[in-house]
Amino acid sequence: MNARALDRAFHAAAWGALGLVLAATALVVGPLAARGAPHLTWRFLAGRPSADLADGGVLPAIVGTAVCTLLMTVAVLPLGVGTAVFLSEYAPSRSRAARVVRASLRNLAAVPSVVFGLFGLGFFVLGVGRGLDRLLYPALGPVFGRPCVLWSAATLAALTLPVVAVTAEESLRAIPRAQREAAAALGATRAEVVLRVALPQARGGILTGAILAVGRGAGEVAPILFTGVASFAPDPPTDVRDMFMHLAHHVHVLATQAHDLDAARPALEASALALFLVTLGLNVAALVARDRTRGGRP
Amino acid sequence: MSPRRRLLDRAFAAAAWLCAALTVGCVVSVFAFVGREALPALVARPGAPPPRALVAPGLGGAFTWQPVGRRPKFNVVPLAVGSAKVAALALALAAPVGVAAACALAFLVSRRARRWVKPVVELLAGVPSVVLGYLALTVLAAWVQALTGCRYRLNALVAAAGVALAITPWIVTLADEALRAVPRETLEGAYALGASRAQVVLGVALPAARPAILAALLLAFGRAVGETMIVLMASGNAPVLRPLDPTASARTLTATIAAELGEVADGSHHRAVLFLLGAVLFVGTLALNLAAERVVACASRRES
Repeated sequence: MNARALDRAFHAAAWGALGLVLAATALVVGPLAARGAPHLTWRFLAGRPSADLADGGVLPAIVGTAVCTLLMTVAVLPLGVGTAVFLSEYAPSRSRAARVVRASLRNLAAVPSVVFGLFGLGFFVLGVGRGLDRLLYPALGPVFGRPCVLWSAATLAALTLPVVAVTAEESLRAIPRAQREAAAALGATRAEVVLRVALPQARGGILTGAILAVGRGAGEVAPILFTGVASFAPDPPTDVRDMFMHLAHHVHVLATQAHDLDAARPALEASALALFLVTLGLNVAALVARDRTRGGRP
Repeated sequence: MSPRRRLLDRAFAAAAWLCAALTVGCVVSVFAFVGREALPALVARPGAPPPRALVAPGLGGAFTWQPVGRRPKFNVVPLAVGSAKVAALALALAAPVGVAAACALAFLVSRRARRWVKPVVELLAGVPSVVLGYLALTVLAAWVQALTGCRYRLNALVAAAGVALAITPWIVTLADEALRAVPRETLEGAYALGASRAQVVLGVALPAARPAILAALLLAFGRAVGETMIVLMASGNAPVLRPLDPTASARTLTATIAAELGEVADGSHHRAVLFLLGAVLFVGTLALNLAAERVVACASRRES
């Protein structure tokens, strides 16, 4: 094949493929927006679902998602940032401890989300939960030893720990060494160097990690499937021991388990669009936060 | 230095070490816990099928996954084949498109256009898999049926198309990084010798980035194997063992766990087998990730 024909073929194939990928994005956004927009009303967002889920709104699902991801963030941020601080400030770069922790983060990131669901059910609900029940409520039936928002948040925290730790470590490493050395030269202890010099400057990266974690927490269904989510819980969770509805799970339930699919279709399309908009907003926010901290490097 | 500052220093250091220890403990306990619950399926117990029934063919040479019934059968071969089939089909769809798109993104797209094209691709990566599953169930299934005239509307091909949508952005991003990591001098040397753009990309850049691209494909395959919601919603979920037919329904390891975990009794053989499937998934994706790392490490060692 002569060079010019090869060149033309290559250009066609490469541009075609890129166009296909961009078209795939349009394929995802288009039907979602077109079908869901007419049904995405305030009544839908602020109302409660009817008993057969076909009518009404998704307020409990939105509140449930918010509560679950809030609890998850409270759990994962200290742990993830603490691990990042360990890796960047306390452990020498090639030491065995650093290698083990890094390997743990990589392995944790590789676990499929449904295996996290298994782990959450077995460890948190049935293990820790039952243990707590034996300690605190020995005479009653299961209180902590059943699915609730607390265990779903804990499972999601385990799922998103790598994201938070890696982005936080990246932003801590980006701070020039000279600043830490200057602070130490002025007499600061290592804790003060981290707390007063490094962490405040790493705020952007930590925020990015938190937003990415929240995005995943809002979108993942498999980890929460058996650890706390309910298909119909019209009252939003007020106690960590309550079960909760979740927007992504709601989409799944409406798509696969609705009694009357035709009646549930408007709710399904609006829920899918609402979920997509939420995760889109979070991902855009994370991109903006990351761009700001990296100085706009594409 | 005041004792309070010293105490804060020590406490902070202890807290950092504790966080690191908890992280390691987290992954160790996932592994240990899932493994512990899976063990009963691997030892012979009275009243439960023997462990070799998990992989050996049953009556008449059939591999059957039928956990509910008078004589429950727990053969995992249809599930493993289903997982492999969907993941392989997804990779077959996503890899050529992804790598070619990465070539375009790295070499053909202008710097200004790159600033909006790359975020758009990354946004596709952020779409939740439930939404992709819903789209596969409605839009993609209709397309596949119109294209192939297949008998079953939800099948392995539809699920693979959905999973391909999920992994293509990953492949594009990782392959783009790999291509851009090829040293500029190498490419400029090829241009200086009179090579056209296509010859440089196909003959110099792609071979140089091959280990990293291979690693990216391995990671994407791991992600495809671990994908749960898309296959749960779009693959038809019938554990049919037809490895060469993409339009047959398929059931993956992940969908099995997600679909059946809610119905198993504590301490039952079924529950242990589901945990075993989870352990297999865990070990399998871990192995794929390790292989990807080894590929990259081997290549860089060979270069230096």
